[in-house]
Order: sequence, then structure tokens, then C-alpha cells
Amino acid sequence: MTTAALYDQPGPRAIARNQIFGVVSGVAVLALLAWIVYRFYDTGQFDSIKWQQFQYKAVQQELLDGYLTTLKVAGIAAIGALVFGALFAAGRLSDYRLVRAPATFVVELFRAIPLLVLIFFAYYVPLQYGFPFDKMWALVIGLVLYNGSVLAEIFRAGMLAVPYGQSEAGYAVGLRKTQVMTLILLPQAVRAMLPAIVSQLVVLLKDTALGFIINYPELLFVGKQIGGRLVFGLPYVPTYLIVAAIYIATCGLLSLLAYWLQRRLIRGKSQKTAAAPVPITMEPGSIGPTGSSVG
Amino acid sequence: MGEFFHTLTDNSDIFVRAFKTTIELFLIGAIGALILGTLLGAMRVSPIPVLRAVGTTYVQLIRNTPLTLVFALLVFAVPKLGVNLDYFTSAYVALIAYTGAFVCEAVRSGINTVPAGQGEAARALGMTFNQVLGSIVLPQAFRAIVPPLMSIFIALMKNTTIAAGFSVLEAGALQPYLSERSQNQTYVLLWITLFFLLLIVPLIGLQRVLERRWKVAR
Repeated sequence: MTTAALYDQPGPRAIARNQIFGVVSGVAVLALLAWIVYRFYDTGQFDSIKWQQFQYKAVQQELLDGYLTTLKVAGIAAIGALVFGALFAAGRLSDYRLVRAPATFVVELFRAIPLLVLIFFAYYVPLQYGFPFDKMWALVIGLVLYNGSVLAEIFRAGMLAVPYGQSEAGYAVGLRKTQVMTLILLPQAVRAMLPAIVSQLVVLLKDTALGFIINYPELLFVGKQIGGRLVFGLPYVPTYLIVAAIYIATCGLLSLLAYWLQRRLIRGKSQKTAAAPVPITMEPGSIGPTGSSVG
Repeated sequence: MGEFFHTLTDNSDIFVRAFKTTIELFLIGAIGALILGTLLGAMRVSPIPVLRAVGTTYVQLIRNTPLTLVFALLVFAVPKLGVNLDYFTSAYVALIAYTGAFVCEAVRSGINTVPAGQGEAARALGMTFNQVLGSIVLPQAFRAIVPPLMSIFIALMKNTTIAAGFSVLEAGALQPYLSERSQNQTYVLLWITLFFLLLIVPLIGLQRVLERRWKVAR
């Protein structure tokens, strides 16, 4: 229901009351912001020394490198997760129980284990047995296993969302199952899945920040190094504000893309044959077992 | 195989302590996030534009911020502002602030599943906004909210591991902690995984049951 149905068109008294509430809450928010700014001022966060190093080319380069590292890991992991997801979604949709059961097990397992534990596995276990992985690959493996499993569920939900008549028609004209999947279902499902996929890739991008915990030099880790410089008065606050702004801008743009795709999809869904859009996931592990998710 | 079990039995005190912390983080985080999320959700559907704007801004900012960054902000940046939180409090605040945004979205989309006629009928009886929301809409929205809420709590349970990177000895921190005691790291990780599955699988099962049973028939 539209939220407007929760309350009537306000009359003169309600308008006055709402305005009072509005002013009071506005003042409260401003007071909070003012307090934060005061804390900034009081602890000298506006001092030029704390911001000075961001003028240096070397520090800007450091931040940029961190950002590019984050993007690189996210890019590699995204490709890996899409491939992993496609393979295991196909496995879960297989007619053969021998293929279906292990694929289901793997997908369910990796969705249930905390991502950080997966990354620890990928990093510390090879280390213990004497063939250390690069930290980047440990991070990538963790991200691929977890996000790939979630993507597999999104792909499966998308394929199942295509109306049954479509595959029936495919079989009726004599296509094999593989052909029905790739020629009939997949092209229609991709449309329905695209917002959910993009949204999951945002989750993946956010999760690259876990590299911080295994000391992999991605954006957040670089931020800690820059913020920890005593010469510049430990500028953690300015540095993390900048790092947060970078993350929010990047993920925000991707989220916007997902939202835009979703809107386009709903508007364009006039024909009865189109698959219903797969709901957007917004949280690690939020996609439900039946393929429904937090929307 | 013997060593595998010894890893657990020799360090059972640490395992118990760490998983107790994990469960505490989870429970307090869940309750806090539920309260914060419901408040934010109410703000986002309220007739007051300022509150709506605050709710929307908060949710959008948090949704596009990695949880690890929220932790880092609280642990490294906030003390520099003269606000001193210990590691535990930081972990609670981070988990609640982060998860609350997702609870808010679940509440809001749950409210959206209640047909407009319900709110209209309540208003026709002369109910106020608080009555419409509290007595009519939220109780009906509850069924639609609980299954996604379970997903959010499952994610919260897994997210508690991130506190490991910020000096809280919970399950995720067992591995680095015990490797200093020169325990077999693979075994430690296997035990951690096993215990996490024990915590999470019942939640997943519960979620499935609820999802099936409470599927709103409209």
C-alpha cells in the first residue's frame, strides 16, 4: 500500500501539529549535527595539519592505489562469482539427482558460513601446508564462494520465474533441455535477474573491505595507514571520512543502476509472458531458500 | 584425527568464551537493530518530511557502506573525537547501526504489503496515525516482515565475525588467537565452521518454516 494511505490529508490542526513536530525534529537533527561539528572543532579535526597530507601527490596516489586495488579484487571476484553462480545454478536445475544434490549442498553450505571464515580458510590453510596464497587470491576465493552461491540462487530463481508455457513451447517444437535453457529461458531470465545481480555485486564490492582484516592493502587498509601517521596528528577522522565518501559514492552509483534497471523492468512488464523480476537482495545472505528475498 | 578433537578439548575454555561472546553480540545486536529499524521504518512512513528525509538518508548511507568501515570508523575515528567507546560497545554500536538500516527496509516493505483498504478503513473509523499503524497495519505487516527479518538476523549472526578484526574475542577471532598458541589452524577453522553451522542452520530452518507457513495469502 502506498504510505499516503496511512494518514488522511491533514486538516488545519494536523498541519499545525505536523509543523510543530517537523520543527522539533528538525531542531533535534540540527542539534545533533552541531554537536558533531563541535566535537570536530573541539578535537581539532579542522586543523590544517590533519588535512595537509591530502595535498601531497604521493598520498593521493596511495588512496587511488587502494581504491584501484579494491576495484580490481571486486572485478576479479565478480567474474568468478558469476561463473560459479552460473555453473551451480545449472547444477541445481539439473534433472539428475547426482548433479543436483551436490550442487545444492555446496550452495547452501557456502551461504551459511560467515564470509570472513571462508577468507580465513583460503588464507591460513594453504599457508599452514606450505604453499601460501597471495592475500588477494584468498580474498577473491572467499568472495567467489560466498557471492557465487548467492548468485546461483538468484540465477535459479530467475530461470524458475519464466512462465512454464515458455519451456513447454520449447519442448513442443522439439528442443532439447539444454536448448530450452540457453535459447528460451536464459535470455528472458537475464532481464528479470539483472537488478538483483547488480545489487549482489554491490554487496560483493562492500565485502572486499574484509581484506582489511587479513591486512590486504585495499582501500580501507590504506585508510588506516594514512590515518595512523603521527606526524600529521593521527588524522583518522579526515581519512575515514574520505574513504567512506569513496565507498558510498561507488556503491551508491551501482545501487542506483540496480534501482533504475528494476524500475525499467517493472514499467516494461506489460506482456504476460515476461518473467517477474527477481527481488533485489540488500544484505549478505538475504536471499531466501525458495529464491525469494528481502525486497 | 585425535589431534582434531584435542584442538577443541585443549582449548574448550576459549571456545566457550568466544562463542558466548558471539551469541551475546548476536542477541543484543538483534534486539537493538529491531528497535532502531522499527523506529526508522516508522520515520520513513510518517507524515513529517524532516523525519522521512532523516530515515531515508540514514538507510541509503548505511546500505552503501561496508560494515567493516562502520567498525573502523567507530574503533579508530570516533575516539579521536573525544568519545571513548570500548571495543565491545563499538562492536554493538556498529552491528546495531548497520543492521538497523536493513530492518528498516524490511519493516517498510512489510507495511507496503498491507492493502490500502485496511489503512483507509481504519482512518474512516477516525483512528489517528499511531492507531492506524500500531493497531491495524503493523500487526498485519508482521507476517510479511518476519521471514525477511530472519534473513537479516542470519546475516547478523555471520557479521558478528567482523568484530574479530577489531579486538573483540568472538568466534571469528579464535583462529588468530589460537594460532598464537600454535594450534593446528585448519582444525581450529573447521571447529569454528562447525559451531557456526550449529548456530545458523536452526535459524535457516526456522526461516523456511515461517516462510512457508506465513506466506501471506492474498
